[in-house]
Amino acid sequence: MTIAAADQITMYRNMVLIRRFEEGVAEAYADGFIGGFTHLYIGQEAVATGAITALNHDDYAIGTYRVHAHALVRGSTARSLMAELYGRATGVCKGKGGSMHFFDAQHYFLGGYGIVGGNLPIGVGVALSMQMQSRDAVVMNFFGDGASNQGVFHEALNMAKLWNLPVIFVCENNFYGIGTDVRTSSSFNEIHKKAQGYGIPGHVVNGMDVLAVREKCEELVRFARQGGGPVLLEARCYRYQGHSMTDAGKYRSVAEAELWKKRDPIPRLAKSMLEAGIVDAARLEAVQAEANEVVTDAMRFAEASPWPAPEALYQDVYAEDASA
Amino acid sequence: MPEIRYYEAVSQALAEEMTRDPRVFVLGEDVGLVGGTFRATEGLMAEFGARRVRDTPIAEAGIIGVAMGAAMTGLRPVAELMTLNFGIVAMDQIINHVSKARYMFGGQAQLPLVIRAAAGGGTQKGAQHSHSIESWFVNAPGIRVVMPSTPYDLKGLLKTAIRSEDPVLFIEHEMLYNSKGEVPDGEVLLPFGVADVKRAGRDVTIVAWSKMVHEALRAAELLAHEGIEAEVIDLRTLDPLDRDTILRSVLRTRRAVVAEEGWRTVGVGAEIASQIHEALFYELEAPVQRVAAADVPTPYAANLEKLALPDAQRIVEAVLKITL
Ligand SMILES: Cc1ncc(C[n+]2csc(CCOP(=O)(O)OP(=O)(O)O)c2C)c(N)n1
Repeated sequence: MTIAAADQITMYRNMVLIRRFEEGVAEAYADGFIGGFTHLYIGQEAVATGAITALNHDDYAIGTYRVHAHALVRGSTARSLMAELYGRATGVCKGKGGSMHFFDAQHYFLGGYGIVGGNLPIGVGVALSMQMQSRDAVVMNFFGDGASNQGVFHEALNMAKLWNLPVIFVCENNFYGIGTDVRTSSSFNEIHKKAQGYGIPGHVVNGMDVLAVREKCEELVRFARQGGGPVLLEARCYRYQGHSMTDAGKYRSVAEAELWKKRDPIPRLAKSMLEAGIVDAARLEAVQAEANEVVTDAMRFAEASPWPAPEALYQDVYAEDASA
Repeated sequence: MPEIRYYEAVSQALAEEMTRDPRVFVLGEDVGLVGGTFRATEGLMAEFGARRVRDTPIAEAGIIGVAMGAAMTGLRPVAELMTLNFGIVAMDQIINHVSKARYMFGGQAQLPLVIRAAAGGGTQKGAQHSHSIESWFVNAPGIRVVMPSTPYDLKGLLKTAIRSEDPVLFIEHEMLYNSKGEVPDGEVLLPFGVADVKRAGRDVTIVAWSKMVHEALRAAELLAHEGIEAEVIDLRTLDPLDRDTILRSVLRTRRAVVAEEGWRTVGVGAEIASQIHEALFYELEAPVQRVAAADVPTPYAANLEKLALPDAQRIVEAVLKITL
């Protein structure tokens, strides 16, 4: 199977936008516009991009605290996400969620959760809901290698298989949970094989190769949509930055990080598109320039946006609360 | 006396107790190689080895259950829950198992187990990372709850916790880790259930613990300019609660404010206010006031978070309400 030229360009645009967005976030964080915990996605762009572009617009995605990229690929605007990070009223969650808690109902993105593994059963519930309502949407449920050691991971996989639910578990195996190497934390660290214990097919893919991720995900989405039941994909990748903005990542060797950076998914796709004659260098530059512009605009928008009104403090706690 | 930081007081206490008693060991996420998210276990793995300073998977329920099993059979584990937010994942183990075992098994089960956890808000970490939920644990009989406000108290109380035959939840405040204080070299042991009068005063009693002690002391400074002398009581341990020190003070000042960072409804402050009313109703010049967090999930936006969380100014307002 080959991926259409237009799709490849879309994926390139997504990855460049994610990279640029995250660089903008790092700047804004350093300048004090963004607070709290902020986990960057730089290095892992190919996973969210390849996986989520394989979905229909009304399929669902759900993830962890490292989801700026997932929301962007799902279709949230850079403005609404950046404004959320700045804690402004124009943010996608009205400034109440922050980096770890993006949620965009309009784009079928169901969050953004700060508790490792917490999203896994929730995604399974979404899939159950699809099945019970006879909707043919599927759910893409993202998590990290570390999350596969939580009890809920096992509970979620078991129920997903028990009820044959249309959920695609996507493990972004970047080999670390904060400072802990996966080999130190998982007695069995081929995470795709953990699925087999539940009778769920497990696959592995090079998470630095967006075309490979996309191709695999198209196959898995089709499988889940056609009633094949849950599947699990382990995408092996790497985050270039520390775990969060406050982590220098000293537990990893420079050599290791450099090795992974050589496999950077963005130039990799650029090169293959150039070789295939899908784009020329000017086109690639235009994509970069456009991403720059989008992110610069988003930052300006966020900075100019109002703070949430004091009344917002008590809004949205319960359904009957007046909404801002 | 040497000045050390709050986080250093943790590692000093742990190192001294591990040296003193070979049954003491530490387990938790990133406690070993990384030295703890807040540096609190720095150096311990180098000193005591990976057998006694154990890095665990991200599996809080598992960590607490494992610690309980070890405690029942001759060891003295100090389990670290990176932060108490994640301890909610282990709530079943803590409340259904740890806090009840001694009683439920007719006194046969010994659980000399310490659970250390960071907690508290104020740094824009959003709703899932800003909990002050000590009330949940104080509500449950069978587990001690300790919340030190200074490096000295921390060291003295942690050492007592490790030697205690009861399970102890030891809650450290995230925003205090870098605070400094004088701690004498060598043995410091502080008893549970003995509050500390951090500032003497005759006009009003402010009861606080953990970070709110510092807010209360700031409030007392401000009030002094108004000619109001506030007494600040640091409870240090919430279970056992030093009821005598509170009542003795309020009997003199005839006015009381309880300041806590947790939610107001059914908070620890409600309990303390009620106890004061029950014992001293006819001695009071005014109803006991409560200062607490707004009953909303902590918002991310900086301005809203500030509105949600209590501070010195709120304490001053509460005091003025009953002294003017
Ligand atoms: C239940 C829980 N425990 C601990 C944490 C603290 N924590 C946040 S991220 C993280 C590491 C998670 O690693 P992984 O699942 O591999 O995801 P990655 O960060 O690599 O994307 C930890 C331990 C948390 N947020 N929730």
